[in-house]
Amino acid sequence: MPQPAPPPVIRVRGLVSRFGSQVVHDGLDMEVHSNEVFGVVGGSGTGKTVLMRTILGLRAPDGGTVELYGRDVRQLAAVDRSSLVRSYGVTFQNGALISSLTVAQNIQLPLREYYPASEKILDQLAELNLGLVGLDVADGGKFPSQLSGGMVKRAALARALSLEPKLLLLDEPTAGLDPISAAAFDELLLYLHSQLRLTVVMITHDLDTLFRTCSRVGVIVDGRMITDTLDGMLQNQNPWIREYFHGPRARAVEKEAHG
Amino acid sequence: MTVLELEGEGDDRRLYLSGDWSLPALGQIEAQLRGLPGELRGTLVCDWSGAEAPAMGAAWVLLMRLTEIGAPHLDIRHVGEPHYLELLQNLQASKGRAPAVPDAAESPGPLSELGRWSVLQGRHAETALGFYGGIVRVLGAAFFRPRALRVSSLARHIYETGITAIPIVCLIAFLISVIVAYLGAQQLSRFGADIFVVDLVTISVLREMGVLLTAIIVAGRSGSAFAAEIGVMQLNEETDALRAMGMSPIELLVVPRVLALVIALPLLTIIADAMGLAGGGLLSLLNLHIPLVQFTFRLREALSPTTFWAGLIKAPIFAFLIAMVGTYRGMQVRDSARELGRLTTVAVVQSIFMVILADALFAVLFVKINF
Repeated sequence: MPQPAPPPVIRVRGLVSRFGSQVVHDGLDMEVHSNEVFGVVGGSGTGKTVLMRTILGLRAPDGGTVELYGRDVRQLAAVDRSSLVRSYGVTFQNGALISSLTVAQNIQLPLREYYPASEKILDQLAELNLGLVGLDVADGGKFPSQLSGGMVKRAALARALSLEPKLLLLDEPTAGLDPISAAAFDELLLYLHSQLRLTVVMITHDLDTLFRTCSRVGVIVDGRMITDTLDGMLQNQNPWIREYFHGPRARAVEKEAHG
Repeated sequence: MTVLELEGEGDDRRLYLSGDWSLPALGQIEAQLRGLPGELRGTLVCDWSGAEAPAMGAAWVLLMRLTEIGAPHLDIRHVGEPHYLELLQNLQASKGRAPAVPDAAESPGPLSELGRWSVLQGRHAETALGFYGGIVRVLGAAFFRPRALRVSSLARHIYETGITAIPIVCLIAFLISVIVAYLGAQQLSRFGADIFVVDLVTISVLREMGVLLTAIIVAGRSGSAFAAEIGVMQLNEETDALRAMGMSPIELLVVPRVLALVIALPLLTIIADAMGLAGGGLLSLLNLHIPLVQFTFRLREALSPTTFWAGLIKAPIFAFLIAMVGTYRGMQVRDSARELGRLTTVAVVQSIFMVILADALFAVLFVKINF
């Protein structure tokens, strides 16, 4: 007897998001499977961040359901928020590091909250997470305001990894980085993805990142999501998708990726 | 339950891991690790096969502990290890010798401490003076370029600091004068001098209470708001953006607030004075049965022509102090949300202190010049 397939990591069905009379998502479907890197793309104001906040359980959907590992996020959020938040790691657009804590303290913050351990152990774990994202132990003692943009993104990733989630949600992880730092971040992400067997959902506008890292892409158009592999997207006839993947910027990246 | 068992003798040992090695068990894991002998030599085989879903953090902590007790004489091999162990080992290798933590700076002697403090205070004084100078310069320039006064912004701040403060100022002035009149009446009626309650209330309200209480309320309301607003703009780099566009934050943010408060506070003081007198009159009528006609008559007797002005003249000075401190502290915010909170608190405490200090100086001055 074949085993039933495990439920997808994220399953969004018929999501409706409304702000007043403005409808952002109108029956959006999305499925993310275990161990893939899923890119979310869409024009400004198409509700990419709203989608992420809904998946995280920070925002109640106006219609439809969101499931993480086959369990409804709304119910999880109501019943047992702490087990919900331990199942994913998140980075926000601007890092969202707590500005009055050092980087190491930021990393230890969720650990301290959920898993009591001695200072020595916490220091070692901070060191581990700093090492994973390629930061120096010495950087752990710095405050967020003393970090460069790239380091902020890495520190935020270290904090997201600290509870060892199987699912990472990243909101514009390479936005605002120079191409070299962005490429290094892509490599880091791929490395962690393969080594830690993570499932990654990434909102990004960075075509380089998209082509380099993502196995599947979901494009939000007219409040719905069109999901396909990158190659499939390149063949797609939707005008916005054509514009996006065949615009002047995309052509250069494509050439590089295929040539 | 976390289990860690060490088997074997001498140079050839096996370490069995079993049970719960997830992050929630960190406390137990730590206790188990502490139970390992202080030093090991030879070869050690780590058997992970019994551990249930070992967490990366737990594995890392174990590796660190093994290095601590074994290196460099222990040869560690792993059996049934989790998939990320190689990653951890690479990390550990690349970490190498942890960079030496720099020794804490030698604690300075009291003299150098004093020197450092003095220099710091000197610098603070310099920036505060520069800030004051910036305001004066903008005000001076406004004579030749009235546009620099930003009328719309000024109007908004007058509305926010003045008009919206009217209810609370009225209430407080009214209540305080009622309290003063009530307590005064109790004392004075023992001498049959009830009527002098009018003197007590009017002089204290007009000279001191009205303006002082209004200034303190405004310091709490607007001084903190100034510091917080400008502080958040500092954190968002909005002030830097203004500077980069060739606009002065002092002209755009500070001067409108200072001017608005200098205009609003005297007006609020007049309202507070009126409410204070009303409170005194009402209490005299109800409690002491002094009719309002008699109250007004006595009021004219009690007041010298300068009493009202002795209170009001202080208002713009207080306003200037409050707005200066609030905006200055706001401009000092750097880097973190905690700084914002700290400096907002400092702004309120310091502006109230400055107001009371200035009031004391005025009191001495007015006595000396018989005002």
